Amino acid sequence: MNRFALPLALFALLVVVLAISIRHSPEKGIIVSPLVGRKAPGFALPSLTDAQHMVSSGDLQGRWYLLNVWGTWCVECRAEHAMLVEVGHSGVIPIIGLDWKDEDDHALEWLAQLGNPYQAIGVDHDGRTAIDWGVYGAPETFLVNPQGVVVYKLVGPLTRESWTQDFLPRLAQPARARL
Amino acid sequence: MLPELGHFALILALLLAGLQAFFGIAGAHLRRDRWLAAVAPAVAGQFVMVATAIACLVSAFVTHDFSVSYVAENSNSALPLFYRVTALWGAHEGSLLLWIFLLACWTLAVAIGAARLPVRFGARVLGVLGVVSFGFLLFTLATSNPFLRLIPAAPDGRDLNPILQDPALAIHPPILYTGYVGFAVAFAFACAAMLEGRLDQAWARWTRPWTTSAWAFLTVGIALGSWWAYYELGWGGFWFWDPVENASFMPWLVGTALVHSLAVTDKRGLFKSWTLLLAILAFSLSLLGTFLVRSGVLVSVHSFAADPTRGIFILVFLIIMIGGSLALYAWRAPLLRSSAGFELGARESFLLFNNILLVIAAAIVFGGTMAPLIADSLGLPTLSVGLPYFNPTFLMPILPLLALLPVGLHAKWKRGRLAQQQRAILATLAVSLVLSLAVSFGVFAQGKILTLVGLTLGPWIILSSLVDPIDRWRRRLTVSRSILGMTIAHIGVGLFVIGITVVQSFTQEHDVALGRGERASVSGYEFRFEGVRSMEGPNYDGVRGSIVVTRGAAPLGTLYPEKRRYWVQGTVTTEAAIQMNRGTNLLIALGDDLGAGRWSVRIQVRPLISLVWLAALIMAIGGAIAGSDRRYRAAARSAAEVASGGAAAQERAG
Repeated sequence: MNRFALPLALFALLVVVLAISIRHSPEKGIIVSPLVGRKAPGFALPSLTDAQHMVSSGDLQGRWYLLNVWGTWCVECRAEHAMLVEVGHSGVIPIIGLDWKDEDDHALEWLAQLGNPYQAIGVDHDGRTAIDWGVYGAPETFLVNPQGVVVYKLVGPLTRESWTQDFLPRLAQPARARL
Repeated sequence: MLPELGHFALILALLLAGLQAFFGIAGAHLRRDRWLAAVAPAVAGQFVMVATAIACLVSAFVTHDFSVSYVAENSNSALPLFYRVTALWGAHEGSLLLWIFLLACWTLAVAIGAARLPVRFGARVLGVLGVVSFGFLLFTLATSNPFLRLIPAAPDGRDLNPILQDPALAIHPPILYTGYVGFAVAFAFACAAMLEGRLDQAWARWTRPWTTSAWAFLTVGIALGSWWAYYELGWGGFWFWDPVENASFMPWLVGTALVHSLAVTDKRGLFKSWTLLLAILAFSLSLLGTFLVRSGVLVSVHSFAADPTRGIFILVFLIIMIGGSLALYAWRAPLLRSSAGFELGARESFLLFNNILLVIAAAIVFGGTMAPLIADSLGLPTLSVGLPYFNPTFLMPILPLLALLPVGLHAKWKRGRLAQQQRAILATLAVSLVLSLAVSFGVFAQGKILTLVGLTLGPWIILSSLVDPIDRWRRRLTVSRSILGMTIAHIGVGLFVIGITVVQSFTQEHDVALGRGERASVSGYEFRFEGVRSMEGPNYDGVRGSIVVTRGAAPLGTLYPEKRRYWVQGTVTTEAAIQMNRGTNLLIALGDDLGAGRWSVRIQVRPLISLVWLAALIMAIGGAIAGSDRRYRAAARSAAEVASGGAAAQERAG
């Protein structure tokens, strides 16, 4: 094979990747997580707000919760924060924050300035937990059921639309059953 | 009536683009001169049709025709006239129409310039541009028609995305697209040369001005986008490695390599196949950027409505354009051997390093942007990417690139006797090092290794780029526009390095809660909060804070940061107040109302940040000056005469 055909071969590979990505994004082209429908990965992380405690997946068993991946360096996280605060304060579901590759003092400043919607925040300095969860880029929000199974994953900022269309319907039935 | 006329004009433009592609490529291949004569009129006709379509859509926006669905989604009766016009490219469909219009403009310019090119070669270039245009027109008509009617008509529009209601962002897309589309011209020249099976120094001379001007536009476009992000998003970053930003940055990196590689092909007849590949890559990355942004496979703050059908269409288009041109490359490039050689210390070597390092840098950005998709398609757990990946990795090729630049500027073509220049190289380096130490420890009283490296490289690049023009001036030689432009662009690079280093090393940032009359002090500046007042704009309301800034005893003025709420979509945007003070940028953004008249306020003092954008502008000005060198036009004319004479002789012989 002549070396001038190399770019063409690389491009062929790229086409395969792109074709698979399109097939993997049936609705609105959002990357579907392989985690959906499976057991959420376990984690145990130091808490951002309380140095004495850990935030761990074990404590969350038997409850619905949202896991929100964020960082102060992330543009869209700021955009979604107001919506998170609203959801957090509504008391419908507890939100667990995953502060991803961030500086603690920046994160604390951010919460002081913008409000804290989280019930607990785990600090993921080296990004290991985020890798376990298959985080592609902040922000991402996972909906996890009482059996610890990931029910839904949102890539990108949480908006009112996605909250009412994608999260609430999945939550409504069990939430009603609990009442 | 007008929207239907616009739709009809687009269909005619599609047909004309098809004719242009067919007559240009087939006519040149089959040597039918009468077919070739039809190419230029097809170009002109296509331009008129596309301009008509654009005019129809603009008129629908200006006259508030909410029966057109695109207008209803992106405009509103309260929207000011300026934004009603720029709303044209406020979303997907209109952006595509703008892309097509700019391509029609470039093609028309090439057709006018092609009068100086050999007839068949010019026809091939226009033919390839016709293929590109045909693809985009078909895409628009099939999946993204901006002229679709809404029945019944909407009583009022949904308004333009408030984030786009800003002068910098309003003019950012046309400038950026002009750069993207400009690379289509370089691409067309490359394909034409491969179809012809011939690539000489004259070819490089024809291609250079187009490529350099496209590069200059892209530079301004990216800088404008970054400037917008800085003051509109309101929290002080100017580059986020967002997929959409990367989509414009990758063609820029490869385009920069192409500009340099073309210089070698022009001067020395070397790097031919490499230049062709870069020309294909620069445009391919522009197309790929379109795919990533439009198909929605990557999610980003910038992305418009995503739609997988569009993704499939673009993918097929990519396969035809990029796959086709790369196949042509695999077939034809082996024929283009360069005979001349050069020594290791010669300027050619440094330009080769420049090319390789820039392509590596582009590959790093590409890898980071595509990593999630690649991992996803392999079924692997998704990789994490973001600022923590890009910042350190990107520096790896860029630091050596910046360090080799000043040495390369001292080097001569062909011969590698750097020893002769050794004194000049060391002298400029020593001066820069002293400057760097003086600034770090004298002005800011601190310095890390990277700070010192950056502050040394910047002045070193500037001093070294002055060597050649000063040398010419002393020997009483003329300094041509291409040398002047190159010098200015490289000074821009040096200033950019200085700006980025100072901003990254010496920025001060504080979030404070302030009540009326309270003060905060940052970096020797004093900020006094005078409270907020409510206010109302044409289509929004909000609050405006006022903060009096003083330094020492000297008053520097009052800053008015705003928080706006746009009525129609209910979106809240932060308008940071920015003030320049002797090159230092003061930025104040209003945070939340903390009650009892207290507000959270973010104060940033960023020294020299405006230098970053100014430097990008200087680079672009350098590119524009170099691209306008008379040598290209004169050379094109004489080369064309030789070539057409040769062709005529060939024909007589045949």
